[in-house]
Amino acid sequence: MIPLSWYLIFSAALFCIGLYGVLSRKNSVAILMGVELMLNSCTINLLAFWHYYVQVRQALQMSPLVFAAIIFTVAAAETAVGLALIISAYRKRQSIVAGDLDELKG
Amino acid sequence: MNTQLLLWLIPLPPLLAFGVIVLGANRRNGLSTALALGGVGLSFLASMVVFFRVIGIEDLSEHPIGSAVNWLPTADTWLKVGVQIDPLSAVTLFFVAWTILMIFLYSVGYHNFGQPKGDHDVPGLPPHGATVKDGHGSHKVMSIEPMYARFFALISLFAFAMYLLVVSDNLLTLFVGWEIMGLCSYLLIGFWYAKDSARKAAVKAFLTTRVGDMFMMIGLAALYSITGSLSYQDIFGNEAVMHALATTTSPVFGLSWAGFIGLLIFLGVVGKSAQFPLHVWLPDAMEGPTPVSAMIHAATMVSAGVYLAIRSFPLISAGWEQGAPLTVPMVVLTAVGAFTALFAATIALAQNDIKRVLAYSTISQLGYMIAALGMGAYVAATFHLVTHAFFKALLFLGSGSVIHGMEHGVLHTGAHIDPQDMYNMGGLRKKMPRTFWTFLIGGFALSGFPMVTAGFWSKDEILSGAFNGGHIFVFVVLALSAFLTAFYTMRQITLTFLGKPRTKAAEHAHETPWTMTVPLMVLAVFAVSAGWAGIPEAFPGLGGLLPNWFEEFVGSMLHNVHGEVHHSLVPLFTSLVVALGGLLLGWLVYRSVDRADAADPMAEPLGLAFVAFKKKYGIDELYQLIFIRPAEWFAETFTYKWVDKRLLDGILHSIARLGILLGGWLRRSFDLPVINGGGNGIARGTRELGSAMRGIQSGRIQQYMIAAIAVLALIGLAFYYLVFMA
Amino acid sequence: MTTLQIIFLIIAAITLVSACLVVMTRKIMHAALWLVLSLMGVAMVYATLQSGFYAVVQILVYIGAISTLIIFAVMMTRNVMEDVGPQSNRGWGLAMVGSLILFAGFSTVLLTWDKVQTNLLEIPAINGENIQMLGLALVDPMGFLIPFEVASVLLLAALVAAIFLTSDIKRSRS
Repeated sequence: MIPLSWYLIFSAALFCIGLYGVLSRKNSVAILMGVELMLNSCTINLLAFWHYYVQVRQALQMSPLVFAAIIFTVAAAETAVGLALIISAYRKRQSIVAGDLDELKG
Repeated sequence: MNTQLLLWLIPLPPLLAFGVIVLGANRRNGLSTALALGGVGLSFLASMVVFFRVIGIEDLSEHPIGSAVNWLPTADTWLKVGVQIDPLSAVTLFFVAWTILMIFLYSVGYHNFGQPKGDHDVPGLPPHGATVKDGHGSHKVMSIEPMYARFFALISLFAFAMYLLVVSDNLLTLFVGWEIMGLCSYLLIGFWYAKDSARKAAVKAFLTTRVGDMFMMIGLAALYSITGSLSYQDIFGNEAVMHALATTTSPVFGLSWAGFIGLLIFLGVVGKSAQFPLHVWLPDAMEGPTPVSAMIHAATMVSAGVYLAIRSFPLISAGWEQGAPLTVPMVVLTAVGAFTALFAATIALAQNDIKRVLAYSTISQLGYMIAALGMGAYVAATFHLVTHAFFKALLFLGSGSVIHGMEHGVLHTGAHIDPQDMYNMGGLRKKMPRTFWTFLIGGFALSGFPMVTAGFWSKDEILSGAFNGGHIFVFVVLALSAFLTAFYTMRQITLTFLGKPRTKAAEHAHETPWTMTVPLMVLAVFAVSAGWAGIPEAFPGLGGLLPNWFEEFVGSMLHNVHGEVHHSLVPLFTSLVVALGGLLLGWLVYRSVDRADAADPMAEPLGLAFVAFKKKYGIDELYQLIFIRPAEWFAETFTYKWVDKRLLDGILHSIARLGILLGGWLRRSFDLPVINGGGNGIARGTRELGSAMRGIQSGRIQQYMIAAIAVLALIGLAFYYLVFMA
Repeated sequence: MTTLQIIFLIIAAITLVSACLVVMTRKIMHAALWLVLSLMGVAMVYATLQSGFYAVVQILVYIGAISTLIIFAVMMTRNVMEDVGPQSNRGWGLAMVGSLILFAGFSTVLLTWDKVQTNLLEIPAINGENIQMLGLALVDPMGFLIPFEVASVLLLAALVAAIFLTSDIKRSRS
C-alpha cells in the first residue's frame, strides 16, 4: 500500500544523512558509520524496486535479491578492512582524525 | 692599301703597343722597347706613305681625302669620328711622324736600356747609378730606369693621341686626342712620382690646361649648336657658314658669333700652347724626363695648340680681307702672341737651368706663331710651326744628352751638384762633340742664322708678314724678341759647351750612346734643310731658284685671302741684324764666365730687371695668392671643416644621438615594463595561480569529496534543467 | 492512510532520527549505538518490503557483526579523541548545504515522477518460495553461482587482509 516514492524518498534522506556524516565527521570510525548508512539506503532502494518490478511484471526476478546478498557481503568485508586500516593508521601516527591523514597533499 | 685606310690605321699601332705593354710586357724591357718602337715605326711608315702620296695632288685643300663613321647618336644626327688629309694636316703629319720616331729612339738610350739595375733605385725616383766591379776596383755607372716599360707605354699612348689629333677630320676627334694628350702630359710630367716637385708640376700642368680646355669646350658646343656639325669641311671649308657666323651677333660683348667662338677656341690654345697668362705650367713641366719635354712640350703637344689655331683660322678671320682691319680674335691673337714672345724671351735670359731656358724659348716661339697667325700670315705661321718642331726637339734632346753626360760625370766624381745647371758645365765641346755640333745647329736655327738654318726662313717670313701687313708695333716687338732669342741661345751654348769645364763633373762628362746621338743628327739635318722648302720668291738672289713649294701647298688652304703682298727688304735686314747681333753679343758677354759660382754678367747691368726676369715676374706667386690659396682655403676650411665636419657630421651625429635617445626611451618605457614585464608577469601569474590552486589539494579526503559532491550536484542540476525541462 | 503506511512512517522516522544522531552526537560510543538502532529500523523496512529474509540477514550481519566490529574499533581508539571538542570538521556547513540540496533534488524528482507514485501491493503467494528460489538461484550454474563463489573469496581476502593489516609481525629484513 505504500507508494514506491516513499521508500525512495526515505532512502534518499538516509543517503543524504550518511553523506553528511562522511563529509563532516572528524573521527574516521564515524566516517565509516556514515558509509554504512549510505550503503543501507542503497539496499533499500534496490529492494523497493525489486518489489515494484515483481508487482508490475508479475514475474519473479532473483537477480536483485542476489545483488542485495552480495551487497551485504561486500559491506561486511569493506567494514572489516576499513577498520583494520584505521587501526593500522592509528598505530602509526596515534591519530584517527581523518583530517590529519594529509600526506598526499599538493 | 688606299689612303683612307692608311689614315685610319696611322694612330693604331702605338695604341696597340700601349695596350700590350700595359697588360703583359711591362716586366720585360726589351720586349717593351721593341713593341713601342715597332708601333711608332709602323705609324711613321704609314705617315710617310700618305704624305708622299698626297703632296702631288693639286686640289687637295678643296677635296681632302678622308672618311667618317657615325659614333654617338644625338637625337636625329650622329657625332662622327673621321679622318682627313689636307695640306695642313699633311705637313703636320710629316713633322709629327719624324719627331716622334726620333724621340722614341732617343728614349731607349736616355733611360739607359741595357745598363744594370741601380743600387738603390726605387720606382718613382730617377735612377741613381749602379756600382759595377771590374778588373780594377769598382766604379759607378748609369743604371736603367726602374719604370722603363711604363715610360714606353705612356709615350706610346701619347703618340696615339697626337696622331689621332692630326689625322682627325672634325673638332670632336681632335678634342679627344687633345684630352688624351693632356692626360699623358700629366702622367709623364709626374713620371717620377715619388718626387714632390714632379707631382705638383703634373697637377699644375693639368689644371692650367684644363682652364683653357673648359673655354674651348664651350666654344665647340656653341659651334655645334649653331652649325649642327663639327667637321672641318662643314665649318671651316664652307664659305656660307663662315659668312653667316661672321655676320650674326652673339650676346657676348656684341661680338659676332665667329668672333666669340674664335676667342673661346683661342683660349684653349692659350692653355695648351702655354701663352700668357696660362704659361705657368710649361717651365715646371721640365720635371719630367727630357724625352717628355722634347716630345710633349716642344715638338708635338704644344704644337697641337697652334695647329688648332691654324685650323680655326677661317673662323678667326671670318670677314677679314687682306689689307682690312683685323677682326677681334685676330687682334687678341696678335696681342697675346707678341706679348708672350717678348715676355718669355726676357725670362729665358736669366734662367740657369738648361731645360728652363728651352722651355721659355718654346713659349716665346709659340707666341711668334700665334702672333703671325693673328696678323693673317697663315703660311708663315705654319712654316714656323714645322721648322720649330724640328729644331726645338733637337735642342731638347741635345740638352738631355748634355745632362746625361753631366750625370755620368757626377757619378764618376761623386759630387752633389745639379747636372742641369749651366754654370756647372763648360767646355763640353771637347767632351761631347756630336752633341755640341748638333746643338749648335739647333741653336742657330732657333736664332735665325741666315741661309743655312730653317729657323731663318720661317722667322723671316713672320717678320715680313708683320711688316708688310702694316703692323709696325708688332714688328718691333717681334724683332726685339728675336734679338733676345739669339742672345740667350748663344748664352746657353757658351756656358754649356765653350770655355773650360767649371766643375769636376764637367771634366768627366763623355759622349752619349748612338741611340741618343743618331736622332740628334737626323733632326739636325731637318733643322738645316727644312727651311729650303719655303724660300719666298721675292727673296733677293735665291728666291725663285727653288719653287716655294710650302707656300703653294699650304697656301692653297686659304680660300679667301689671296691678295698680293708687297715685299720690302726691311724685315730681311732686321732679321739679319738681330740674329747675328744677338749671337755675337751673347758670345762676347758670356765667354768670360769661368767659375761655377760666378755671378751672371748681365745681373749688374740689368739690375732690378734681371731680378724680375729671374723670378719670372712673380706670376707663379701671384697665381698662388689669387687662385690657389683661396681654393685651398675653400677646400680645407669651408668645405672640410665647416660644412663636412661640423654641419654634415653634426647632422649625422644628431641623428645618431636621437636614435640612441629614442631607443633608450623605448626600452625604458615599453620594452622593459611591457614586454619583459609581460613575460615575467605571465610566469609570476602562473606560479601564483599554481600556488593558489595548491590549496585545493589538501590531502584530506573529506574536502575532496565535498568538492566532488558540489560539482556533481551542479552538473546534475544543469543536466536536469537542460534535458528535462527544455 | 492505511495502517501499513502509518507503521512505515513511524519506522522511517525512528530510522532517520537515529541516523541524524549517528552523525551528530559528540560521543562516538553513542553514535555506534544509534547506528545499531538505525540499522534495526532499516531491517524493519525490509520486512515491509516482503523481504523478511533480508531483514533477518540485516540484523545478523549488520547489527551482529558489523556494528560489533565498529564498537570494537571505537573502543580501541577511544582514548585518543577524548570526546571533547568539536567532532565536526571545518567544512560541515558546506556539507550540510550540499546534502540538503542533494536531498531537495532527489525529492523533487521523485515527487514529480509519475511512475514511482504507484502503490506497492502485496506480492502474491509465492512468498515462501522466494527464499527457496533465492537459494536455488545462488547455487545454479546457470544462475548466480559464480558471484556467490566470488563473494566468498572476497570475504576470505578481506579476512586475510584485516588480519595482516593489524598484525604486529615484524617483517624479516631482506
